[in-house]
Amino acid sequence: MQGSPLPVTWIIIGATSGIARAFARTCAEAGAELHLLGRDMPELKRIAADCEVRGALSAKAVAFDARKPEKFAAIIEDAATTNGTLCAAVFVGSMPEQATIDADPGLIDGVVQDSFTGPARLLQTLAPVLEERGSGTIIGVGSVAGDRGRIGNYVYGAAKAGFATYLSGLRNRLGRKGVHVITVKPGFVDTGMTWGIEGMFLVASPDEIADSLMKAVVKKKNVIYTPFFWRYIMLIIRHIPEFIFKKLSV
Amino acid sequence: MRWKKDELKGWGGAIALEAELARPERLSALTKVLQDTPCPAIGARRSYGDANLAEHAIDMTRLDRFISFDADTGLLNAEAGVTITDILNTFAPKGWMPAVMPGTGHATLGGCIAHDVHGKNHQLAGSFGQHVESLVLMGPDGKSRRISLKSRPGLFRATLGGLGQTGIIVSARMHLARCPAGSMVVHEQRMEDLDAFLEAFNASRADFQVGWLDMAAKGIHLGRGILEEAHFSHERYQKPKKAKSVPFNMPGFAMSRPVVKAFNWLYYKRIPEGGRDVERPLHKFFFPLDGLRHWNRLYGKRGFHQFQCVLPDGEAPATLTLMLEAVVASGLASPLSVLKRLGHGRGGMMSFPMEGFTLAVDIVNKPAAKALLARLNELARNAGGRVYLAKDSSLEAGYLPDMYPELADFRAEVAKADPARAFETALTKRLKVRG
Repeated sequence: MQGSPLPVTWIIIGATSGIARAFARTCAEAGAELHLLGRDMPELKRIAADCEVRGALSAKAVAFDARKPEKFAAIIEDAATTNGTLCAAVFVGSMPEQATIDADPGLIDGVVQDSFTGPARLLQTLAPVLEERGSGTIIGVGSVAGDRGRIGNYVYGAAKAGFATYLSGLRNRLGRKGVHVITVKPGFVDTGMTWGIEGMFLVASPDEIADSLMKAVVKKKNVIYTPFFWRYIMLIIRHIPEFIFKKLSV
Repeated sequence: MRWKKDELKGWGGAIALEAELARPERLSALTKVLQDTPCPAIGARRSYGDANLAEHAIDMTRLDRFISFDADTGLLNAEAGVTITDILNTFAPKGWMPAVMPGTGHATLGGCIAHDVHGKNHQLAGSFGQHVESLVLMGPDGKSRRISLKSRPGLFRATLGGLGQTGIIVSARMHLARCPAGSMVVHEQRMEDLDAFLEAFNASRADFQVGWLDMAAKGIHLGRGILEEAHFSHERYQKPKKAKSVPFNMPGFAMSRPVVKAFNWLYYKRIPEGGRDVERPLHKFFFPLDGLRHWNRLYGKRGFHQFQCVLPDGEAPATLTLMLEAVVASGLASPLSVLKRLGHGRGGMMSFPMEGFTLAVDIVNKPAAKALLARLNELARNAGGRVYLAKDSSLEAGYLPDMYPELADFRAEVAKADPARAFETALTKRLKVRG
């Protein structure tokens, strides 16, 4: 993929997630520099080694916790020392069982921090750097769960909805400075998060999702559903009148 | 770790088992699974019979990271879930490839070690395990250790071809071979009958050889087929295109006698009488069926068995004739029948290869298949041959000691490594592999 308009440095936030790992590989095969952010350092180092063998110019593991914003400035500063185009992809989020949250409402703060305010604050720190360079792409992974609050995971959904709205505003701000922001809404993906959960259908592989992300970068898409048909599934779900929807358990 | 309830099937689809599967995404999760519920590892599920069936199993396909690669020596360290295709796609552009490649690139590194697989260059390169420098083995207690032929010869040789019975193969260091080009020049030549076929194999000096057998031809045509002899070309490596897929199970007549006969006739006659040279990308030559995803659905819902045996040189001509006659008479064979020469190279105590000829036949899973398979197994045993456990679904447990002379040593090593028999699979129980 040499010579294609692919950026040089990718900051991957939440790099141990199944989709992030597949995306990091795609970037590695294109020869990118990688900053792999997450909490599990031994695992991040294994992923970094894998990316280097697969062709990354360099790959390094960086400790990141969405709930420790005081470390964010240093992380961004470090990534910004590299030359060339700087890009970021956010894959973080946490989804405790809704029943667990119902029993302990205090968990809501953590979910919102992991899935929304933590990554938003990191991107907010990164934004001026990208504005100044006048280039780069930000990918924010939301979820179809953010399109409508459902009985099964509405706290997670609410956090992702907040993140999607934030990305929409960030796109509005950065778009005029030559920085592109993509909102991604994956459907069911075959990762550790969905493994063994009953009722999964049309499950996509992380590699398929990673491919669609890379295509969205090249084509400068704004909001994508992946796989694409989730756009239509969610179109229907969004248009169910509330007086009916409130009785459903979809 | 959440467990997923799923039906486990061999690639042949003739045997199935309701199972609970764990699929760790990272190394630390694998350790936890073993500490909670020690059970065998499975990979790409390309074994034909029941080698990858167990009530609890660990799907290793997400532990697929490369760990390191030395571009000077070609020494690759990788997790067990890495596939052969992944290795080829990553390293062929840099001039390296697995020294031994099985008939499908979907197979995982761990699976290739656990079955000590062979390729179309067995006489030259030996078996897969012979290129493994060392490996990390996780015991039923979740503790890992690196072992090699030097450090733990008994355990190491029990692990190569050891059907996962000594522990979980977590990662392995292996020597890749030079990959001088991205495609092969293949010489295809019609073989009129079995004698001509065996003679041509014995005379061939090609690095890579494989024979296709027409299992519908009888009488004077018995054992006719096509011999492919290949060497590297000068083309650059190109990634394979996305595979087409068989969307659903085909109806039963897809593999019926008249269809197979017509297909085989066309397949045979497409090669000109004087033979021909064609150029094929590596993946097309080495993994001819990987271009068609779910090709096992061609056999329909009932599935199929694959019989593969190796016969020593002296017995091969007579026994192969008897085998071909039995298969042809049954009318149960598909167009997928392969004849190859094997050398003596083998990595472990339970490795399949021995010097001689190997025959692989896909047999439609109809009621008559049972008697045919029993006959073929008996013929292989009587000839001093061996049946390949990665393919097997029908062997008699009593034949095992004759076919695998190092069985007693293997059992002793496995008893030490896994005293509680946590790693038993449907196959090892059926054949009483562990005694």
